[in-house]
Amino acid sequence: MKVPLARLAHTRSGDKGDRVNIGVIAWQRKHYPVLVREVTAARVKAHFGSLVQGQVERFELPNLGALNFLLHRALDGGGTVSLRTDAQGKTFAAGLLSLEVEVDDREFAD
Amino acid sequence: MIRIANGQGFWGDWLEAPVRLVEQGPLDYLTLDYLAEVTMSILQKQRQSDPALGYARDFPPLIGRIANTVLERNVCVIANAGGVNPVACARAVRKLAPDLKTAVVLGDDILERLDAFIEAGYPMQDIDTGQPLADVRDRVLSANAYIGAFALAEALATGAQVVIAGRSSDAALALAPMIYRYGWEETDWDRLAAGVVAGHIIECGPQATGGNSQVDWQHIPDLDEIGYPIVEMEADGTFCVAKHPNTGGCINSAVIKEQLLYEIGDPREYLTPDCVADFTSFRIEDAGPDRVRITGVRGGPPPEHLKVSISVAAGWKAVGTLVFTWPQAIEKARAADAIVRKRLDRLGLSFDQIYTELFGVNACHGPAAPLVDNPPEVQLRIGVRGQDRAAVERFTRELVPLILSGPPGATGYGEGRPVVREVVAYRSALVPRHEIRTRVEVIE
Repeated sequence: MKVPLARLAHTRSGDKGDRVNIGVIAWQRKHYPVLVREVTAARVKAHFGSLVQGQVERFELPNLGALNFLLHRALDGGGTVSLRTDAQGKTFAAGLLSLEVEVDDREFAD
Repeated sequence: MIRIANGQGFWGDWLEAPVRLVEQGPLDYLTLDYLAEVTMSILQKQRQSDPALGYARDFPPLIGRIANTVLERNVCVIANAGGVNPVACARAVRKLAPDLKTAVVLGDDILERLDAFIEAGYPMQDIDTGQPLADVRDRVLSANAYIGAFALAEALATGAQVVIAGRSSDAALALAPMIYRYGWEETDWDRLAAGVVAGHIIECGPQATGGNSQVDWQHIPDLDEIGYPIVEMEADGTFCVAKHPNTGGCINSAVIKEQLLYEIGDPREYLTPDCVADFTSFRIEDAGPDRVRITGVRGGPPPEHLKVSISVAAGWKAVGTLVFTWPQAIEKARAADAIVRKRLDRLGLSFDQIYTELFGVNACHGPAAPLVDNPPEVQLRIGVRGQDRAAVERFTRELVPLILSGPPGATGYGEGRPVVREVVAYRSALVPRHEIRTRVEVIE
């Protein structure tokens, strides 16, 4: 079944220059492998479409049950240059929560 | 164990927070992080207009307010409030708190040395684009090297109770007292890395205690009196994150994980002037109510170069808005946007960027936003950016006329014409570590 990422993980985002990073943290450790399998750099880039002009990198933090995404050229030039409402990428975290993630019922059972 | 708190996550953070930190429970060191990227260029301009300015002006009155308490309780204050003028900042502090011994750390401001650096063969390219600094040299507004914790520890060793730095690395504010009190050496990389991780957790203040947190946010108690974070650091580099009893907010491992992942790149290589910290190395566990423990942090030697933050004048920008309502609010806003763009085009004005958002529809999440059908109202938000100030000024005249000549029912223009602002761009570059020599001065 498909569930929104919000059911499996919580997120926080911030900026560095023209880059946004999004930390994605599994609510339960057992769901970390699902994140690793489902939440790929390519899917994150596709999710944000035209907001992200550059590539998306992904890093794994198994000790925290978390992934970190680095979205390049994602802020219309960077916090002080950008013309956007969210010039520092604070809401990318919430924006990612609607990403649809495929899980089988067994993985999702408590 | 030593207790180190952070009472300001940025310049503009809650004024009461540092006062409450020193009054509401035990504390050894109060750190205050005032400097964001944008701050340095603003401060550099202030110093150019008045040589007695160029520092975080919130800081001296704060020290005046807490002077008696920190004296009584023997709390040391460490802040990067100095901006581009730490000595002037220290003098202002001394006026308001003459009983507090105050030291400054100098040497981060390299604006006056840039030409010599370029001449010496350091191209100082933009880390992201590779563009040499020489290409934009005439537009540089500020340049500061990120200095590390050992210089700040040296300032603490003078016996100063207030230590004022300029552009130190954020985590250095918290790491400095650990180095000073525990005698950590420059090659104690695991312990230094532990201090960096601790400093990273508290550098954004209440983002480590339940602020801006998705962790059951509706039930995080008393955000109106949120406690700011305190690191309880042991000599071996293990530490807890806690807050004063009977304060609002909450600390648990989920909340701390969010902050650990805030504004980081490659987690295996979190670079600082003092060490490289590995954010994949350690263990995190809940250690009681509002208390999280971190153990096993691993680190490595710091890079050969120090990072330099350089601000560059980059043209002008303005953002204007109009509001349209149901029915067909989205269609009206899109039609108005098209009219503005056609008129700008017909005027022959060119911009580096024209950016349109429909606030209430897609402003923050763009294509990732859920679809909205026929909303009651939408704010059209158009921004332009370019090198020609006159073109940006002309843009600011093009929105309000749509009240009479655009789609029906435009409103929300009460603020008048948009304001033209200078654009300051930021770039990072590298300089060899040996070129940055810090020094400490006690200010009488």
